[in-house]
Amino acid sequence: MTIFDDELMHLKELVLKMGAMVENAVKDSIRSLVERDSELARKVIEKDHQVNALDVQIDEDSIRLIALRQPKAHDLRFITTAMKITTDLERMGDMAVNIAERSLELNEEAILKPYIDIPRMSQIGQGMTRDALDAFVKGDKKLAMDVIMRDDQVDDLKHQVLNELLFFMVQDPTTVSRAMKISFIAQYLERIADHATNIAEMVIYLVEGKIIRHMAPPLEP
Amino acid sequence: MEVQIVETVKIEVKNLNFYYAGGIHALKNISFPIYQNTVTALIGPSGCGKTTLLRCFNRMHDLYPKNRYEGEIHLDGGNILSNDIDLIGLRSRIGMVFQKPTPFPMSIFDNIAYGLKLTGMTKKSELSESVERALRHSALWDEVKDKMDVSAYELSGGQQQRLVIARALAVKPEVLLFDEPTSALDPISTAKIEELAITLKEEVTIIIVTHNMQQAARMSDWTGFTMLGELIEFDRTDKIFTAPSEKLTEDYVTGRFG
Repeated sequence: MTIFDDELMHLKELVLKMGAMVENAVKDSIRSLVERDSELARKVIEKDHQVNALDVQIDEDSIRLIALRQPKAHDLRFITTAMKITTDLERMGDMAVNIAERSLELNEEAILKPYIDIPRMSQIGQGMTRDALDAFVKGDKKLAMDVIMRDDQVDDLKHQVLNELLFFMVQDPTTVSRAMKISFIAQYLERIADHATNIAEMVIYLVEGKIIRHMAPPLEP
Repeated sequence: MEVQIVETVKIEVKNLNFYYAGGIHALKNISFPIYQNTVTALIGPSGCGKTTLLRCFNRMHDLYPKNRYEGEIHLDGGNILSNDIDLIGLRSRIGMVFQKPTPFPMSIFDNIAYGLKLTGMTKKSELSESVERALRHSALWDEVKDKMDVSAYELSGGQQQRLVIARALAVKPEVLLFDEPTSALDPISTAKIEELAITLKEEVTIIIVTHNMQQAARMSDWTGFTMLGELIEFDRTDKIFTAPSEKLTEDYVTGRFG
């Protein structure tokens, strides 16, 4: 192990630490909604600055390594991947904060309906995030591909939730305010899964040196 | 996405083997193209054969009669390893610049005029014009135009190296071989030589051997990685330095070699 290897290892640990923080933030934000725990929602909002601080630190460390070490090949791909992953993780952290904010608002009102699909979306999104980071650590292309495939499940669930909420709003306009907030949350969760997908796509780049973003065939009309 | 290669092949190395007089098998079955008007860098650990390979292109090894080539190197289709090739003619088509500047013990003007005179140029005005053109090409003209009669030894190392490049350019070569041309130079002179090489590729095809991987990355369009006499990988330079195909190349460019 060279000193440079140690530095790369340290960078990897920081990314994992940030990933774990974000995964917890998403989990807690949804728990605060389902269990109507406003105290927990406030904690999620408060803790976000830790995620932001890691985002900055990882960027600074990466830039320093590029400047001083002139990384090449896998090392170069690893560092650029780390930088891009943290941008996605930071956005996911913001999404968790947004969920917590909506949760605080919803917890002030009567419950519209039991939450079933929202926790399911969240679980899939968390699993995708965890596996995407796991794939990053292990350089596991197969696992990364698996994460990318799971994104459709979250998209489908979102449409299901939105249709259901639309039905509520049409039936009873007094539900509009709450239904809108819940649909925002579904939107945030869908975005979280998208960010996890981005991370998985970066892992493919890390392993193969191929950028696969924006290469999916156009959707059928 | 596959990049379509539109370059013309200037030199084609085919199944090249090279044996030193002592019997050492220094190059093993090497095949790759050199594209016209590009810079090709040869990288690899010390003793891997990259300089040996470079010296095949202008038959420098012929200085020792028992050295032996096998295979073919085609320059514009003609095999330069064939026995009946005119070596003087070949070396005016394929010039060489060495690690340490090698000015002749004569004036700046004469250093460059020397090769021109050998080609039969005698008219003073014609010589002056060609000397100036070569010096402008090698980005040295502004620094030496007022002291053309001064000994070349009075120039700095970086200037001497550009003088040598001018001398090589004067006879209008098609290919220039650079054997670690900046390893004896400071960073500013190095940067000038690198810039120069990139500019020169509009007119000549350049092959450079360098120990400095950053230099290969900065200067070249194509990179060949050699090890123990074998060409391990040859590809576009950006590919070699971002996502090489071979594990050995990966280990070498990331400094995890051996």
